[in-house]
Amino acid sequence: MSLILSSAPHIKTKDTTQRLMLNVIISLLPCVAAGVYYFGLQAAIVLAVAVVSAVAAELVWQVLAHQKVRVYDLSAAVTGLLIGLIVPPAAPWWMVAIGSVFAIIVVKQLFGGIGDNFLNPALTARAVLLASWPAYMTAGYNVGRFDAVTGATPLLSGTASTMDLLMGNVTGAIGETCKIAILLGLVYLLVTRTIRWEIPVFTVASAVVLGAILGMDPVSVVLSGGLLFGAVYMATDYVTSPMTRGGQIIYAIGIGALIVLIRKFGDYPEGVTYAILLMNICAPLLDRMIPEKVYGYKKAKKEAKA
Amino acid sequence: MKATFHGGVHPAHSSKRPTQSLAIRDFVSDTVQIVMNMNIGAPSAPCVQKGDHVKLGQVIGEPVGFLGIPVHASVSGEVVSVEPLPYLSEAPAMCVTIRNDFKDEWVELHPLGNVETVDPALIIPAIKNAGICGMGGASFPTHVKLSIKPEQKCDYILANGAECETHLTADHRLMLENSTRIVDGLRAVMRAVGCPQGVIGIEDNKPDAIEAMEKACQGREGVRVQVLKTKYPQGGEKQLIEAITGRQVPTGGLPIGCGCIVVNVGTCAAIADALIDGKPLVERITTVTGAVRNPANLRLRIGTNVDDIIGECGGYSVEPGKIFFGGAMTGLCLPHANLPIAKSTNGIVVMTREQAKTDEEDPCIRCGKCGEVCPIGLKPLKIKLAADADNIEAAKKLHVMDCTLCGSCSFICPARRHLTAAFKVAKQKIAAQAKKGGSGK
Repeated sequence: MSLILSSAPHIKTKDTTQRLMLNVIISLLPCVAAGVYYFGLQAAIVLAVAVVSAVAAELVWQVLAHQKVRVYDLSAAVTGLLIGLIVPPAAPWWMVAIGSVFAIIVVKQLFGGIGDNFLNPALTARAVLLASWPAYMTAGYNVGRFDAVTGATPLLSGTASTMDLLMGNVTGAIGETCKIAILLGLVYLLVTRTIRWEIPVFTVASAVVLGAILGMDPVSVVLSGGLLFGAVYMATDYVTSPMTRGGQIIYAIGIGALIVLIRKFGDYPEGVTYAILLMNICAPLLDRMIPEKVYGYKKAKKEAKA
Repeated sequence: MKATFHGGVHPAHSSKRPTQSLAIRDFVSDTVQIVMNMNIGAPSAPCVQKGDHVKLGQVIGEPVGFLGIPVHASVSGEVVSVEPLPYLSEAPAMCVTIRNDFKDEWVELHPLGNVETVDPALIIPAIKNAGICGMGGASFPTHVKLSIKPEQKCDYILANGAECETHLTADHRLMLENSTRIVDGLRAVMRAVGCPQGVIGIEDNKPDAIEAMEKACQGREGVRVQVLKTKYPQGGEKQLIEAITGRQVPTGGLPIGCGCIVVNVGTCAAIADALIDGKPLVERITTVTGAVRNPANLRLRIGTNVDDIIGECGGYSVEPGKIFFGGAMTGLCLPHANLPIAKSTNGIVVMTREQAKTDEEDPCIRCGKCGEVCPIGLKPLKIKLAADADNIEAAKKLHVMDCTLCGSCSFICPARRHLTAAFKVAKQKIAAQAKKGGSGK
């Protein structure tokens, strides 16, 4: 009889990295369903291409670089799925594939792989696609059940009803239109304790408050464009958001404020992507700014005074 | 109101289910192997020889040094060996092995009587003579803990009945079956140090124990029960103090630094036995659970062999993969089962091969959960980076010495990083360095 000797603790939570990533994928299923429902087969193809190319890129990289293959942790699948959900339904498949490969290879692996990238891979991919193929990224939202009217998302035209905005019966990126689906996903992420409530709530609240100050309609601030999707799925990325609660709150307030400022004063309404990427860069700094509260230090000072 | 602390985790509370409703029963084995270094501090010096006949409760090891306490024969019978034998640490430990004659013939006992009327000055020496050390796992000599300096003031004696560790139900059963003795012991400690308040902290997953202890507190001076939220490590000394008093133990200091002394409920009962009956510490309650056929709460003589105990519990239910003393969050692994229990052995847990598998480390995903659950407010992932780089100075700056090795960060880590293990090593290195530096000067 040989016994294993190991250092305590001898039990671990069931929530592994893989499980948390699976939670994110499960939470995205309503968005996937809504996207396919509204935009049809084309959206399904975009999503499939995005996921498969992201996973394939990670697998190939890890094999070629003689690294441990970690595709099973599902993080590449999440990145791929997110990319698929934030591009227009009519995005050409090759562009989506380029986005996924770029996200995995350049943004994630070149910086050291999972946990070491400082920018959100999916959002960075979107920013790069937007800069490279602006025509494909700003048009092509009107497919599936919609009449092929080129151009404006509701953010630009400002014509959709609140109900349409909630249900997703509007033009937009595949996964961003149906707010009900996003909220369902949020509930699942919170219940499974995959994410904390602070980032999504403070992002939205900050956007609403600053929007109101600047005379914008709070309902349309929240429900139009990619704000809600970004607040729930992009801003909450573990790797690129602050780890301290205080840091998370400042980070989220910054994202909400930047979104509104870019929407109000920027030349085009692509606020969410840049707001989150900018705050990603600030995340490590924010963590450092939050004062530590280590047990036994503060009280010791107080007692010394008394 | 339920008191609690910052951070913490909720590990497998269901692990207590197999034994929580089982009454304590006695088990006495043929031989006991009594280790001389059961307490923190220098090992006791054996004062019996092979062939001697010893009575139950007879001193077989004399205290050595400031932290020393005597060791007593836990059975009556013949000393069969006095020699160093392999124990938990790498170096063999001096042991006295006694063959039990099952007569339980006690040495002459000197009871001090009622804890409320005994001269307070006699209490601490009696505790020392009874060989009592912390029975919640730490093994710190109780008389040293209670010997506070004249300038120190103790506002609270906290009886620790939280039992927040997984699997363990020994304290729970003791609180149910021996509640009066626990209050007696608590009162004795309060009188010994001149402390007006005694609080028994119990987690709210033990409502029956809370009820029993509240009943036992009725009509007793200055004692009460404080219900605590069920959360690990609620029974950690620092967390218990924070939850009940709102105070914090100053960094690097002892609980008395914030006017508190924490004593485990099992230790309280042992103190009461020492004063009221004059009996030294020769037995304790131990939960035996996990992959054994009949899990149990056993009253065991100190030095009882683990193999014998497992046998008493019907043997292994499947092939064991890991055995540890204590609960799953902080338990200490045994290399094999042919080892004796000590005064601090509150549990023996057997894990299956499947449960015992150790995870390989995955890369940190910076989820920050380790920092959220740390009851000390540390940043485990940063300390781990420093420890992995063997950057002891950086680890020190990140307060690794304040880490209590509770294991919460390792428990919660989705990437299965071996955080606590790394901190344990880092702390040992820093302590060794300090020792070297100190003697060098």
